[in-house]
Amino acid sequence: MTDAPLNLPPTGDNLLLADAGTGTRVDLVDVVKDYGSTRVLHGLDLRIRPGEFVSLLGPSGCGKTTALRVLAGLEDASGGSVLMDGVDVSAVPVNKRDIGMVFQAYSLFPHLRVRENTAYGLRRRKVARAEALQRAQDALELVGLGGFADRYPHQLSGGQQQRVALARALVTAPRVLLLDEPLSALDAKVRVQLRDEIRRLQLRLGITTVFVTHDQEEALAVSDRIAVMNAGRIEQIGTPEELYSAPATAFTAAFVGLSSIVSAVAEGARARVWGRELTLLEPASGDVELFLRPEHLSLVPSGSGDAQGIVQESTFLGSIRRTLVRTDAGELVRVQHDAALRPEFGESVGVRLSDHPVTSRPLTPA
Amino acid sequence: MTSTAVPNGTLPVGSGLRAPGRRVRRSSLAGLGLAPFLVYVALFLVAPTIIAIGSGLFAKDGSFTLASFAALGDPVILATFWNSTWLSLLTAVVGALVGALVCYALLGLSPTGFVRTTVDAACGVLAQFGGVMLAFAMIATIGIQGVLTRFLRDALGIDIFADGAWIYALPGLIPAYLYFQVPLMVITFMPAVAALRASWAEANLTLGGTRAGFWLHVGLPVLAPSFLASALLLFANAFSSYATAAALASQGSQIVPLQIRTALTSETLLGRENLAGVLAFGMIVVIGVVMCAYALVQRRAARWQR
Amino acid sequence: MSRAAGDIGPAPVTRWIIGALVGAIFAIPLVSTLLYTLQDADGALTLDHWISLFSAANPSVIKPLTAGLGNSLVLAVVTVVIVIVLLAPTMILVNLRFPGMKAAFEFIALLPISIPAIVVVVGLTPIYLQIGRTLGTGAWTLAFAYGVTVLPFAYRSIQASIDAVDLRTLTEASRSLGANWATVFITVLVPNLRSGLLAASLISIAVVLGEFTIASLLNRQVLQTALVVVGKIDPYASAIFTLLALTFCFLLLLALGFAARGRSRKVRS
Repeated sequence: MTDAPLNLPPTGDNLLLADAGTGTRVDLVDVVKDYGSTRVLHGLDLRIRPGEFVSLLGPSGCGKTTALRVLAGLEDASGGSVLMDGVDVSAVPVNKRDIGMVFQAYSLFPHLRVRENTAYGLRRRKVARAEALQRAQDALELVGLGGFADRYPHQLSGGQQQRVALARALVTAPRVLLLDEPLSALDAKVRVQLRDEIRRLQLRLGITTVFVTHDQEEALAVSDRIAVMNAGRIEQIGTPEELYSAPATAFTAAFVGLSSIVSAVAEGARARVWGRELTLLEPASGDVELFLRPEHLSLVPSGSGDAQGIVQESTFLGSIRRTLVRTDAGELVRVQHDAALRPEFGESVGVRLSDHPVTSRPLTPA
Repeated sequence: MTSTAVPNGTLPVGSGLRAPGRRVRRSSLAGLGLAPFLVYVALFLVAPTIIAIGSGLFAKDGSFTLASFAALGDPVILATFWNSTWLSLLTAVVGALVGALVCYALLGLSPTGFVRTTVDAACGVLAQFGGVMLAFAMIATIGIQGVLTRFLRDALGIDIFADGAWIYALPGLIPAYLYFQVPLMVITFMPAVAALRASWAEANLTLGGTRAGFWLHVGLPVLAPSFLASALLLFANAFSSYATAAALASQGSQIVPLQIRTALTSETLLGRENLAGVLAFGMIVVIGVVMCAYALVQRRAARWQR
Repeated sequence: MSRAAGDIGPAPVTRWIIGALVGAIFAIPLVSTLLYTLQDADGALTLDHWISLFSAANPSVIKPLTAGLGNSLVLAVVTVVIVIVLLAPTMILVNLRFPGMKAAFEFIALLPISIPAIVVVVGLTPIYLQIGRTLGTGAWTLAFAYGVTVLPFAYRSIQASIDAVDLRTLTEASRSLGANWATVFITVLVPNLRSGLLAASLISIAVVLGEFTIASLLNRQVLQTALVVVGKIDPYASAIFTLLALTFCFLLLLALGFAARGRSRKVRS
């Protein structure tokens, strides 16, 4: 890819760019999916704006891939409907929905060269061979593989194959781009590089995109909005910032970003913990557990701060360190701090809370 | 990330700290371990083959001669090779098509499910169905007094032997050969069919293709090399086959293996010496060419099955 | 859409039609053979043929059959010994020590497919003349030639088992834990290769019992040559035997297949 790395515009502003494109509005309305007697999706409601990049984030088995496949038409919904630009497409077969889909792996046709693979969708739409191949070549340039057009899929690396799959999906100018964990099978470094390229491309084209992943860092990095899913339901939909700093449920708080769990006593809008009072995002009462982000804790010399503890381990992450501290009360908390500070195993330290609103959940019985 | 202390322990095997001399000795000792097998193969495969082919090059008195090879031009011998070829070709093509059809019927069924386990076992048995036993089954079915023959004659008035007892001649080999060709095809071709990915079918649909279009544009082209490879294997298998023909056509020698039998068991066939060796040479050439083609096509097919 | 998008297999109706058609065609010879053994010369049903075979009333039928069967069983045992004692250790050696030679080894192992028995037997005659002078003309010496015949099948079974088990990693792991080669062989290699060795042995037995070409042209008496002799005297006896052998092999392979499927089902989480 010859483009210089972009400053990715802050999420939330991207809709301006997308509005200028020809994005399609996509709606999942009360979508229900049963496999035999098991209900896999419980009335999913998702409204996606034209040109928006929405991620479906959740653990294995939460139904995110099923939701994507229902949207694509690869599965029929047992209830509810799928709308594109306000038109109900639930009964439209998958090959007529005008979508582009990128699968997790191995979806390129092995017997066709990269160029023919990419042109496949155009040829099925009766585009003339010469024109189809030319447009395919252009699409390949867009993903940085212009010189690879004559190769066969088995001669490409995993990352290159997924880029071809992306070009193949986009060359027909579909209404929606669907990606089913496209990066899960790739190496870490390639994953980061490719997710940025996907996002860059999506912004340029202004195409409505739905992206399924179980990697929360990935979702945070590329999405306009994220729908966190759990057991067939959407726990929370919001921008990455909203999900990170204001998780609505304990599941979201635990799944998105790192959290340490400490016990506290809640009284309405405030909770008492470590001799301090913190604001709760949602009012609660009684014994609760709070989700504390590492960056909202800091290390202070022993004797000061809100709690005392012993250092268990310290992990060097380049620009920061994360230190695991066992408090005198027996709780394990993770503290993020400057890399220059190097706590030793067994060192006595103090931990200070910053005044940031937190999520809580009722205390789970031991 | 966190650095962890290197545990105290033995250094891994192959760290290179052993004395070089000892390493060389171990390697050559291991090489010696290959010797028994290689000697065995040399003695019971390579040597007989060379002797077989070579016997065509030496006359009875021990002198080197190429004269015996003139037998390959003999019209009777040529006819024999032609018979072997069209018989093998016919049973290979029909066997391949029927076998592919069976593989298609099995597509999508769980490999450990009841149907596939049973079909695998049946094909395993029938593909190895000894030629002699197969001949007996054929005779019992469509022999002169066979059950099917009688049924067709008595119940439907059709006499399949009105024009002669073809079952004991060349045409009689066709149903017999098909009986083991089809199972062999199923065994060899099924892995390729099972390797067709659902993601290709789904990708085809999301790109606007149809189900029929999938087979036309993706499925059949991807399967073509494996199909060809399996068909070639079937051809070689039929060409080499001896026992079935020997048991069915006890007198004739219309195909090459039977011709070899005649050459081995009778002294002066056509007045040529060492005919068996020459015929063996001819057979090796044909099958060698077919197996080379098989290896080439199979390599291409394997690349796509990854 | 009643079928999943990724479902490329045929509709159940199609499966049934193909299955029934091909199944019927392949069943006809077997059913006919069965009926053949149950009919007398006029076509009436009778159990006479079966009874006479098992009542051993026919020495001219029973003697060659038992002799041939006995020889074949001995040959099967010796061939299996060759496979286990010669082929398997060599394959283990190649896979562990000389992985670069795997391709060459595979070529050698698959060579017998390209060199048909009918060709090899032409060259075996002088060799077996020598063997006859040194080891005698007993039928068991045929096992040396049979070891080569079963080579491709035994090789495939054992190699599949070696690949499935990733022998190199296991060996390296056990060696790094301090085991010597004997321990590795006994505690790691043999148990994990059991299924491959078993499959190779069974296929070898099946091939040996069904072998005709080499035995017939080297004038030894084995099961198949005996069947031909018997077939000329009493076609019913040979037909019965064919059915029995077939059923036995089929049930054996079926049992193997279901056992393997049970094992693999257990492993899946």
